[in-house]
Amino acid sequence: MLAALWIIVTATFFLMHSIPGDPFLGDKVTEAIRQNMLRKYGLDKPLWEQYVIYLGNLLRGDFGTSLKMLHRSVNDMIRDGFPVSALLGLEALAYAVTIGLVLGTLAGFRHNTWLDYLAMFVALIGISVPGFIMGGLMQYVIGLKLGWLPIARWEGFRYTIMPAAALGLGTLAVMARMMRTSVLEVTNQDYIKTAKAKGLSQREIVFRHILRNAILPIVTILGPLTAGIVTGSFVIELIFGIPGLGKYYVQSIFNRDYTLILGTTIFYAVLLVFLNFLVDVAYGIVDPRIRLMRSRE
Amino acid sequence: MAGERLLDVKDLEVSFYTYAGKVHAVRGVSFHVNRGETLAIVGESGCGKTVSVQSTIKLIPMPPGKIEGGTVLFDGKDLTAMSDRDLQSVRGAEIGVIFQDPMTSLNPTMTVGRQITEGLIKHQKLSAEKARQRAIEMLSLVEMPNPRERFRQYPHQFSGGMRQRVMIAIALSCNPKLLIADEPTTGLDVTIQAQILDLMKSLQTRMNTSIILITHDLGVVSKLADRIVVMYAGKVAEAGSSEDIFYDAQHPYTQALLKSVPRLHEEARRDLLAIPGTPPDLFVPPKGCAFAPRCGYAMRVCLDHQPGAFPAGDNHAVACWLMDPRAAHVRDGHAGRAEAAGARGGAS
Ligand SMILES: Nc1ncnc2c1ncn2[C@@H]1O[C@H](COP(=O)(O)OP(=O)(O)OP(=O)(O)O)[C@@H](O)[C@H]1O
Ligand code: SF4
Ligand SMILES: [Mg+2]
Repeated sequence: MLAALWIIVTATFFLMHSIPGDPFLGDKVTEAIRQNMLRKYGLDKPLWEQYVIYLGNLLRGDFGTSLKMLHRSVNDMIRDGFPVSALLGLEALAYAVTIGLVLGTLAGFRHNTWLDYLAMFVALIGISVPGFIMGGLMQYVIGLKLGWLPIARWEGFRYTIMPAAALGLGTLAVMARMMRTSVLEVTNQDYIKTAKAKGLSQREIVFRHILRNAILPIVTILGPLTAGIVTGSFVIELIFGIPGLGKYYVQSIFNRDYTLILGTTIFYAVLLVFLNFLVDVAYGIVDPRIRLMRSRE
Repeated sequence: MAGERLLDVKDLEVSFYTYAGKVHAVRGVSFHVNRGETLAIVGESGCGKTVSVQSTIKLIPMPPGKIEGGTVLFDGKDLTAMSDRDLQSVRGAEIGVIFQDPMTSLNPTMTVGRQITEGLIKHQKLSAEKARQRAIEMLSLVEMPNPRERFRQYPHQFSGGMRQRVMIAIALSCNPKLLIADEPTTGLDVTIQAQILDLMKSLQTRMNTSIILITHDLGVVSKLADRIVVMYAGKVAEAGSSEDIFYDAQHPYTQALLKSVPRLHEEARRDLLAIPGTPPDLFVPPKGCAFAPRCGYAMRVCLDHQPGAFPAGDNHAVACWLMDPRAAHVRDGHAGRAEAAGARGGAS
């Protein structure tokens, strides 16, 4: 885990420095001032020395200060930006999970009916249209033409609905399709026939025997799906003008804001690892086979 | 004595409507099960054993399946006319089912205990605690070691043989009048097979359940069955007492089946072995006798007309034109059968 992090830090560090240009090149400053600034931030030192200094600071939990954002510390920016991003991501995930699962379940039980076709059509759109295009479309139609929801910014729940929907749509679509397949598959399992042979009603069979088993494969892909939401949030935050960490992250790359790039990359890496861990735990809870394997270790 | 009959199936017709066309899987099947007896249903793979039996309590998937005709009387009730709700109180409560594959017949995410108590709570309206006690009792009844421990465990912690015991416990938990065991020992190793069959037999005498046993294993049939139904291509070829079938088989298919049983039991698989040829395609059911292409006695009439069920003694019926008095001489030409055929010709 720590080794993986070290590799990510190192790779990011050197890749980032291999991008042509530096943080101050585009600014309208004289060459002398630019040299001064580089010296101030230690960017005139040899690369390996910068690297060692950075690692040293990192071990003390210090991500350094942003090179562009009015000298704010990266730690502060993460502290301010992350809650916003987390809220957006969780809301998107909530939409994706609830609506996706319900849609997929209905499609599975009513398969080859109009409901199924409709659900799968929605899913197809969700999978093939990227979130930022959907976001732009929603801004135009729902925000501008219909005026139902605010187009951008982040000033209350109403502001969160559109970006969260745009961000969650792809995941929602994947969930709906997987859940449909899964429901169909579980319904044909022998143990469902056993349940029927016991004299259970269709309702009891669905809620006690089908749904829980159908959800298992969904939980396994929850890891990659949440990762998709995290990465998707970068662009969504940008186009909706949301002051989240993702927006900083994207800007930091355009700005060659070295410390911010490194800080956010490390933060996201840790976040993804942690999310995957959560998914593993969740999987253990729903699947007794995994749970027991763990307890034996 | 109609009151003796627990289950009476008449002229059952079942088809499957698949993308490739209609499969006429069960074509006018009749059979019955008396109280307390074991009826074995034998026949090659795909001949419609499972579909016939599962159709009685509408366990086949519908669609694609469709029950297109026939009546099923169970304990005086007409199951074909019952609503699904009413059938639910028959399934599991009065008729228990054990399926072929114990590895896949149990829900992997539910404790074994809960899978047993479920039916008890539903049918016998037991409290959770009473149901638990009863389930543990059932587990010890099927000779499960440590039933209390086992109650809390999940199916993957059980071997195949133990899972089949659990299935038996589930099927018998509500004291059903009829137990349907569809190849209950296929896929288990030989010693476990014997244990499971002994267990079923002893529970049957204890609880006075009737059993329908579907199997490929004539050895098992000879040990357990009181009566036997031989099926071929969606129809009953021959039905009679165990004695009738093993010592006085009349249908050429039954005779071929009996010959195909290898004499070296144990190590050889006692499946219904190679009878030359294959059963007909039920997408296009044959006009006449389905066995004709493989039958050494086939006559012209066999190709064009379905043989009806000819009586060959009390409760012994044979669906074969050879039983028609006019065909009495046909078997004379075939060595070894001459005398029997002659005697029969005289009797009928
Ligand atoms: N769900 C289904 N869809 C389409 N056809 C089916 C379905 N279930 C059964 N059939 C057809 O019905 C026929 C009878 O099948 P059935 O399962 O009753 O055979 P069986 O005698 O039990 O064979 P086995 O010994 O292999 O279990 C087969 O030809 C099969 O193709
Ligand atoms: S009816 Fe004819 S073809 Fe069919 S089994 Fe009898 S003799 Fe053979
Ligand atoms: Mg079968």
